[in-house]
Amino acid sequence: MSPLDYLLPYDFSPLTILSYMFLLGFYGIGIVRMPADERPGSLRIVTFVLGVMLCYGVMQTRFDYYAQYMFFVHRGQHLILHHIGPILIALSNPLPVMRYWFAKISPRWGLALGPLGRVYNLLQQPFIALFLFVGLIYFWLWPSIHFDAMLSRDLYWIMNWSMLLDGLLFWWLIFDPRPPAITSSLGYGKRILILAVAGVLQMILGAWIVFSRDMVYDVYEVCGRAWPLDPEVDQFLGGLLTYIPPAMMSIIGILLILRRAMREDGKYTNHSTNLEERAS
Amino acid sequence: MSMYFRRQRTKALTSISLLVLSILLAGCLGNDEEWHGKDISGLMPELEFTLTDSQGEPVSGNDYSGRVRMLFFGFTSCPDVCPTALQKLNQATNGLGPELQDEVLTLFVSVDPKRDTPERLANYVDFFGDNIVGLTGSESQLRELAKRYRTTFGYEKPDEDGNYEVSHSSAVYVFDRTGNARLLIRPDLSPEEIRQDLVALIEQVPD
Repeated sequence: MSPLDYLLPYDFSPLTILSYMFLLGFYGIGIVRMPADERPGSLRIVTFVLGVMLCYGVMQTRFDYYAQYMFFVHRGQHLILHHIGPILIALSNPLPVMRYWFAKISPRWGLALGPLGRVYNLLQQPFIALFLFVGLIYFWLWPSIHFDAMLSRDLYWIMNWSMLLDGLLFWWLIFDPRPPAITSSLGYGKRILILAVAGVLQMILGAWIVFSRDMVYDVYEVCGRAWPLDPEVDQFLGGLLTYIPPAMMSIIGILLILRRAMREDGKYTNHSTNLEERAS
Repeated sequence: MSMYFRRQRTKALTSISLLVLSILLAGCLGNDEEWHGKDISGLMPELEFTLTDSQGEPVSGNDYSGRVRMLFFGFTSCPDVCPTALQKLNQATNGLGPELQDEVLTLFVSVDPKRDTPERLANYVDFFGDNIVGLTGSESQLRELAKRYRTTFGYEKPDEDGNYEVSHSSAVYVFDRTGNARLLIRPDLSPEEIRQDLVALIEQVPD
């Protein structure tokens, strides 16, 4: 295989390629056209593009082939789709670009997006967001469902896209750059609590896979591996990738939120507390 | 007023979570247990391929329609997995009544076209009975078929005598008379269990 073949998709998905092209295209045009004082710095732009390209890379290159036939590579794929990629995208704060485009589109479109906004608000309820984030990991790793997802091309695509979209929703909720004291974004305490609970629940699942004595995910055994690797080693490595890096992401997330909370301490007067005090 | 809304919201949240949970549980517990193999109806596409048979003639998926077909990937130099699996399939079909035996066909696809010439393939499959066909093709044809059924194969580095191992799927894909993917037979199934599944598939009248 030539090096170029490694960059070509294993399972070509026009919809996926189009989505990434639209996303990068709108981001790029927005960056160029928006007023210079609102434009994100180059580090943020690089972070955004890196996050997007990482996700693209695990979905539409040869990496996807190995992810389909190796459990631990599959876990690495989901680590990028559900954690690292969305974290980078959320930390790069693409909000100014989104604001730029939102101001551009006609009010009629803005109205049409209304129901979407309501769905978004529902999904971003802390409990629902946490339930979806952890629930999806458990759902797709449920042995019988995992088996089906690896056998069916449609389910496989639904799995990867649902992980990516939910990752974006979740990490945007966590790293929303708007200060909760003066906007409707989620309070820092709740963000930390969600991260801690999500971390613990992922560690339980990861530890269960790592310490399972028998084969839990035999679909890779049944359908052939990309290269002959001991099934137990494969499952062990996959378990580690479910266990340790996500727990680390939770802790790093908590530290980042704490840092932001400490910086904002006393910076904004909290209107709602003032009102409550006045009322009592 | 705001308390009222909050209570409503909590109620809505609880009912949504309960609904999602029950759907999840239903999906996990609702497995149909009438098959010994794994039911793959709707998960995989119908049987379709372009390959070469052991007479060197080009064949397609339609050439064998009307019968229940068992698709198996392997190679003739395979030390244990393939002979065991083919032996088992042979036992399963031999256990069928004579009038049912012709309703089932095993398709043995060699993913090692470099070594498995049509003659070699013919000798190999003849050893495992009458209702088995040996198929192979170019590596790209084989890759396409493997990808269609979400499996893969790979070659190990040859030793000094030029022998090499081939990694391949250990499962048997079963298609009904019309070519719909129906069952995935794992290697741990017994010939008797396979036979029962085959009988059930043969007896189904195609729509």
